[in-house]
Amino acid sequence: MSIDRRGFLTLGVGAGLGWLTPAATALARRAEKTDGPPSSLILLWLAGGPSQLDTFDPHPESPNSGGVRAIETAARGVRLAEGFERLAAEMGSVALIRSATSKEGDHERGTYMLKTGFRPDPTIVHPSIGAVCCHELPVGEVDVPRHVSILAGQWPSRGGYLGGEYDAFQVDDPRGKLPDVAAFVPPERDARRVLDLDVVDAAFARGRAARVKATLHREATAAARAMMTSEQLKAFDVSEESAGTLAEYGDSPFGRGCLAARRLIEVGARCVEVTLGGWDSHVANREIQGRLVGVLDPAFSALIRDLRRRDLLSRTVVLCCGEFGRTPRINPLGGRDHWPDGFSMALAGGGLNTGFALGAADPAGQKDPIAPVPVQNVHATILTALGLDPRRENVAPVTGRPIRLSEGRPIDELLG
Amino acid sequence: MRPRDLGFLCVAVGIALATGRGVIRSASPEREPRAAVPPRPRVSARVDQEFRALWSAQGIKPAPPAPELAVMRRLNLALTGAVPSLEEIRRFEAIEPGRRVDAWVEELLQSRRAADYLAERFARALVGTEDGPFLVFRRRRFVAWLSDALLENRPYPAIVRELIAERGVWTDHPAVNFVTVTRDEKTERPNPERLAARVSRAFLGARIDCAQCHDHPFQPWKQADFRGLAAFFGGVHSNLRGVTDGRNDYQPDDRKTREPETVAPAVPARPDLLPVDGPPRKRLAAWVVDPRNPYFGRAIANRAWAILFGRPLVEPVDDIPSIDEPPKTLDLLADDFVEHGGDLRRLLRAIAATETFRRDSLDVPGESAADDESWAAFPMTRLRPEQVAGALGQSASLETIGPRSHWLVRLGTYTEGNDFVRRYGDAGEDEFTPRGGTLPQRLLLMNGDLVEKRTKNNLGNASRRLAMLAPDDAKLVELAYLCVLTRRPSPEEAAHFAPRFKGVFGDARAKLASDLLWTLLNSIESSWNH
Repeated sequence: MSIDRRGFLTLGVGAGLGWLTPAATALARRAEKTDGPPSSLILLWLAGGPSQLDTFDPHPESPNSGGVRAIETAARGVRLAEGFERLAAEMGSVALIRSATSKEGDHERGTYMLKTGFRPDPTIVHPSIGAVCCHELPVGEVDVPRHVSILAGQWPSRGGYLGGEYDAFQVDDPRGKLPDVAAFVPPERDARRVLDLDVVDAAFARGRAARVKATLHREATAAARAMMTSEQLKAFDVSEESAGTLAEYGDSPFGRGCLAARRLIEVGARCVEVTLGGWDSHVANREIQGRLVGVLDPAFSALIRDLRRRDLLSRTVVLCCGEFGRTPRINPLGGRDHWPDGFSMALAGGGLNTGFALGAADPAGQKDPIAPVPVQNVHATILTALGLDPRRENVAPVTGRPIRLSEGRPIDELLG
Repeated sequence: MRPRDLGFLCVAVGIALATGRGVIRSASPEREPRAAVPPRPRVSARVDQEFRALWSAQGIKPAPPAPELAVMRRLNLALTGAVPSLEEIRRFEAIEPGRRVDAWVEELLQSRRAADYLAERFARALVGTEDGPFLVFRRRRFVAWLSDALLENRPYPAIVRELIAERGVWTDHPAVNFVTVTRDEKTERPNPERLAARVSRAFLGARIDCAQCHDHPFQPWKQADFRGLAAFFGGVHSNLRGVTDGRNDYQPDDRKTREPETVAPAVPARPDLLPVDGPPRKRLAAWVVDPRNPYFGRAIANRAWAILFGRPLVEPVDDIPSIDEPPKTLDLLADDFVEHGGDLRRLLRAIAATETFRRDSLDVPGESAADDESWAAFPMTRLRPEQVAGALGQSASLETIGPRSHWLVRLGTYTEGNDFVRRYGDAGEDEFTPRGGTLPQRLLLMNGDLVEKRTKNNLGNASRRLAMLAPDDAKLVELAYLCVLTRRPSPEEAAHFAPRFKGVFGDARAKLASDLLWTLLNSIESSWNH
């Protein structure tokens, strides 16, 4: 074979055809309006795996219902589990996928699958979708990190092969102090400490100027100093919001996280992930799910309303999901176990079609879901809605392997 | 009794229990440096010769030798995960110049500290960094076992045989954790394909798992090779009674028909070396470590090189067959390793004894991009998160933190270090892939709790002790440089920092010292292996 690896790469970046699908039209339309501000993504991450039957796909009539009741919503024929009264009013702006499937039933592997759109692969670490957005979308004038994980759980979104600089910046409850952005010593001491760096770095650079320059260490320091003094840091501080707004989102770390997410999107963050953990209800499923729905409902609905009010909803995709669903069968401890074979996700904003539910899963868990949606297709859909072509390839470092942004196919029903 | 006392009692009882169960190990005596330093392995000179021939062909002039202290810093970072302590620097400098580095290599190679750290580094390739399946996997037990094996310098082939073929319970036979970590929740048994991938990457230096789904144009090994390798683990079971072997029922789907097909165990190369009889895992282990199997020696030589240099001879560290011909230097080291019965310590010693390892890290005229490594100068690599944490902890204390320190110091360093590594961003399994420095890393090193705690004017911290104990201003600055950067200040640096301490005493002096330590810790030099 005469063609080498590098040559193969340059040849292999050809794009496919298919300009007739709604996905392609949506892409083309977005490409035209390049003047508008770039889009963003908010990921409401329900860590542990929410039960579809207790959240977005209730089946009170099924023997597996677990005693859940269903409520009608603003979207005709789409019912939600009780407890989602506020979200029910916003369902015209929400699309549900009720037939999501993945092959990963383990928390860590499932989280990887849902956040990256790829199965775990020992040969490479894929970037989370938020990292892809930060890598692909325009940068703009932003001092704060563009990829943020609020209340980061065990596996926050990572930059993978795109590099550590695309890892999500992790922060806790926005009520608390932002970590590591304030110097411990008074300004004059802090300033002198930083000035002194020049002396030490100059001594080290003697004879190795090129290598030292290539470290980009001084650039990283400058970016960190810029962030420390930036006005935009206030985006993390939800105490600037009115009491009414704070109450609307709910008095919980997750509610404040969603509010901070909106504030961060406003100043130019590309992806904010807000985690609500505790859904892993192997025991006492109904109580656990019901309690968490009580936290999710005000935050999710207020976020949609707030984004709409500020004219941000059309350019902000909101995705709400966990790493898998839970078994239709209720185990002897009153719990539900891991279930990646037909679970639910909610999508809002970003110009997506909303107000309906896509696909259906068998509440008995016997039959395959109707119109199944592999997780990677959700990724391809979101990327398309954000104006990115999922078929675009990045080249993995070291191995030089070309890898698509997503292996999935955009879901026509949601686009166009 | 106040709640605080109760809490203290609980901690005390917990620690007693943990010590009793071997979670926290008591300090084992570290050996004194040996008077006799073994002669320089001949292979080191041959590796140097090979490089010199390459450079003269390319017209590259190699960098001069690095200062001895710079080489010491490299050694400590590679073998203990931290910079040298002031106390160590004193001992190092007490050895006569010219002999120091060789003697130091020996001292470190025979220390429990190095065994512990190397075990952790190797464990990443062997069992990954995940916590693994609950109950049936014990990472700490595994690392402790590996550390013991390294400390007694057990032949590497014997270690590998045990990893691949050991049976029994993961607590009594810690080697089986290599198998149990791959246990699949769905099938409730170790996963043959993940095991094949591990064996191939860790021991053959090949990413045969790239062929898991389909063949790749630039990989010599194909899907059939991968499945043949996985089939050696087709009969392995693991339950609460331990790891056992049964009938091979590994049945992957056929590529074309999509029907499950039975695959017989087969090796991807040199089938003549595979024993005909015996349990499949034992046969595979014998093939892997056979002295005539070229992949085995190359894989470990490349990994040992990467641990010492921070960068493998062939990148990526576990994908050697993807290049047409491995460099001669790699084969020289691999052959020497195999000829000496798989002596890991000798391999590390041989690499550390090359001139290449001891060159300065200066710019090399003619060497273009950083990824086209000519090895004409020591490569500059970013410190790993745990090395940064280790350096931070070590530079704040004048004494060496290690198995000889008080357990409170070690426990504190361990938990703080872990928290720091979590926030700094662990490099994970793919530990030799270059990564850029990140904004959170810079923020953490400038404003993080740990940095403040380690540099501030506090009893037991270097800042206070330097301010109190240094005989004069110049000495204070020099000691701070030695603590953090393992070198003395240049005349310009000394002239910049020393005068500001003149006539300043007490707390104000300690504050100035803590500012100096902060600056040194945040310098480029401190974050890089060089």
